Amino acid sequence: MSLHSLQTLAYDVERIRQDFPILAMRPYGKPLAYLDNAATTQKPRCVLDAMTHYYTHLHSNVHRGVHFLSEHATAAYEHARDVVASFIGARRREEIIFTRGTTESINLVAASWGGAFLRPEDEILLTVFEHHSNIVPWQLVAQRTGARLQVVPLEPDGSFFVERALEAITERTRIVAIAHVSNVLGIVVPVAPIIEHAHRVGAVVLLDGAQSIAHVNVDVTELDCDFYAFSSHKVYGPTGIGVLYGKAELLERMPPYHGGGDMIRRVTFERTTYNDLPYKFEAGTPPIAEAVGLARALEYVDSIGRDAIAAWEERLIAACIEQLEQIDGVQILGPKRGRAAVVSFSVEGVHPHDIATFLDREGIAIRAGHHCAQPLMDFFGIPASSRISVAMYSTEEEIERASTALRKCITLFRP
Amino acid sequence: MELSDELRQLYQEVILDHHRAPRNYGNLESYTHQAEGYNPLCGDQIELFLRVNDAGIIEDARFTGQGCAISRASASLMTEALKGKSIEEAHTIFERFHHAVTSDPTAPIDADMLGKLVVLLGVREFPTRVKCATLPWHTLEQALAGGGTTTTE
Repeated sequence: MSLHSLQTLAYDVERIRQDFPILAMRPYGKPLAYLDNAATTQKPRCVLDAMTHYYTHLHSNVHRGVHFLSEHATAAYEHARDVVASFIGARRREEIIFTRGTTESINLVAASWGGAFLRPEDEILLTVFEHHSNIVPWQLVAQRTGARLQVVPLEPDGSFFVERALEAITERTRIVAIAHVSNVLGIVVPVAPIIEHAHRVGAVVLLDGAQSIAHVNVDVTELDCDFYAFSSHKVYGPTGIGVLYGKAELLERMPPYHGGGDMIRRVTFERTTYNDLPYKFEAGTPPIAEAVGLARALEYVDSIGRDAIAAWEERLIAACIEQLEQIDGVQILGPKRGRAAVVSFSVEGVHPHDIATFLDREGIAIRAGHHCAQPLMDFFGIPASSRISVAMYSTEEEIERASTALRKCITLFRP
Repeated sequence: MELSDELRQLYQEVILDHHRAPRNYGNLESYTHQAEGYNPLCGDQIELFLRVNDAGIIEDARFTGQGCAISRASASLMTEALKGKSIEEAHTIFERFHHAVTSDPTAPIDADMLGKLVVLLGVREFPTRVKCATLPWHTLEQALAGGGTTTTE
């Protein structure tokens, strides 16, 4: 028996489900099958408890007061930074910047790094499957600086050839900003050769980790990426906080993004000097309770085991693809293999919103729409698609319920 | 798996019929009014054409585009309801329908006033889907106001 199957055998999903209070919900009297995890994940009780404990016993503002509570709040907040650094393999704690989420992390890099270092005719390389939040910030900075967007295509069948990305990296490429895992196709992008090639031409690489943080074992030092952005709420933590990892030597050369308290050293009306990393990029009162919750979430993930979770999810996605393929008129978007936690599909003659409404009344939550990836929908020539996405607490039974309901739904609309 | 009452109300046979075989689907060669409607939330898109004669009567109404069963059936039923009506009457139908479809699910329905459009009111139980039903109607208002693109979110 392979190590892989041993891991999934030992995986106690029922025990894990007990840790997530919301999974006991019964929408419309039906057991909840939450299969919209790429949008956001649910929270284990320990995260909720950690945040309540923080507000009950520790809350104060950080880095300011000299009193008891401020010291404890600061310690909790900075401990969270250490936990994040260790979770993604950052060498130094000051390379971890707390933001509001992936979107703000990318905007920070685009505005600060892009604004300072992009010149007319410089190239920003993206892929056709980027989320809007990894497209629009670059368009904004391109308009300001005269830099140009270049887009790596997919193959006609929706598969991703890393060679296409390597070909697209030129002497003019200054930054490659790509999704580590596609939020629609679930493709795990083989980023290592892209990073290596980009560095050879002197470009930096930003990985949009929104969809990889919960499903792929990320080590930024080993990957050697220059920036890595993710949101807490996609990895079982609270909303309202995210992370930007950046290499210290880059962050030090970048101008501040937001001005305000905590990011300064000395302010006069004539001149302001800035604080050291990471505080230079953390203006204003940070999301302290959220940082505490995020750290607890990451510790929880590691207590289950990232490899075990990935193996479990891989098994669920394989089952999902197998079941969907047997349904007449269902077309799965993108390649069947090499994907993490996400399956998007379209159904001939049935609109995704009708599918999502139908499944919803069965207690099954899936996503329907363009998934904030309109250029990718245009590539496939469809206005929208349906998406099933799993997490550590998902089960094969939930996948089966979804595919049974989908069959019924198709019969209704296309008898 | 039995359909819930709400789902059965939403996807009534008339709706499914208009979804599968929409009436007045296609381009209108000579039109006097035209507008596009777009729902950025789901990507649904509709183009509406009207031919209004000198007496101010809607002689023909057609639509194209892609959308869910609700928006397609709504466009189909709307074009049927518009033909032969004056512009003034079209505004009145819009107002009556819009008021009814955005009302509380428990609010009484004046079926005589709404006619066939009454089948679309099942959407009241599905707040996230009301926009699907109203998209063609906002496009109608846009077309009558002089054209262009309207978006609903």
